[in-house]
Amino acid sequence: MSKLTLKAEGDTHIVVTRRFAAPPEAVYRAHTDPKLVQKWMLGPEGWTMPVCINEAKPGGKIRYEWTNGKGRGFSLTGEFLELEPFTRIVHVERMHLPETTPDNHIETRFERDGSGTLMTMRMTLPDAQTRKAMLATGMESGMEASYARLEGMIQ
Amino acid sequence: MNLDSAFSALADPTRRAILARLAHGEATVMELAEPFEMSQPAISQHLKVLEDAGLIMRRIEGARRPRRLAKGGIEAMDQWLAMLRKALEKNYDRLDQVLADMEVPKKRRGDKR
Repeated sequence: MSKLTLKAEGDTHIVVTRRFAAPPEAVYRAHTDPKLVQKWMLGPEGWTMPVCINEAKPGGKIRYEWTNGKGRGFSLTGEFLELEPFTRIVHVERMHLPETTPDNHIETRFERDGSGTLMTMRMTLPDAQTRKAMLATGMESGMEASYARLEGMIQ
Repeated sequence: MNLDSAFSALADPTRRAILARLAHGEATVMELAEPFEMSQPAISQHLKVLEDAGLIMRRIEGARRPRRLAKGGIEAMDQWLAMLRKALEKNYDRLDQVLADMEVPKKRRGDKR
């Protein structure tokens, strides 16, 4: 039921959608309560998030640090801009891989969809070039992780 | 294409940016060097790594040696996007479980924790 879609839109956007069985209140909470975020925003198997700061208020800080427990890691920092419980979150984020990626402005909407939720995450990059680079780098983000894992697999 | 060297080649941000540029058509070393604060020899070195990894190819056109993506390069990038999708899918599958766990205590004993 819950097929993820991921597509480029216009010159600077990337739009991700996903359906959840739970209502918007719960999905929103799972995005704004660090204890919950820490349980799922982990990327591929084997990675953990020992640092999860998520101050869900306008101007609040975001800091996630991931590690694979074998000396590889990366982090993400950001700030919350707008929060409308339980329908909308606007924040900006950047990855540190360790080189810092350009700011990614993200609006996440949670819409009631029957008894569940349709989540739409719309990312806006500063310019077309950045989005291109981001898609080319596989939005490397969590993906540095998959990548590290893949490296292990192909050795 | 040697997957191992291809992925090592992709591990560098400049080389990924070069691939991103080449995804939009062939380009000369000078054109590729332009967006980076790097000398042409430095770019050439990156190009050599990409070429050895089977990600890009060069064409001879008079004095020009324009580079373009090798088919394997495109596949590697597709694979990368697929990996991103996979990581997101994995996250959201996990979130499904987190959400399911949130529901249960609420129903049974009015989730206060």
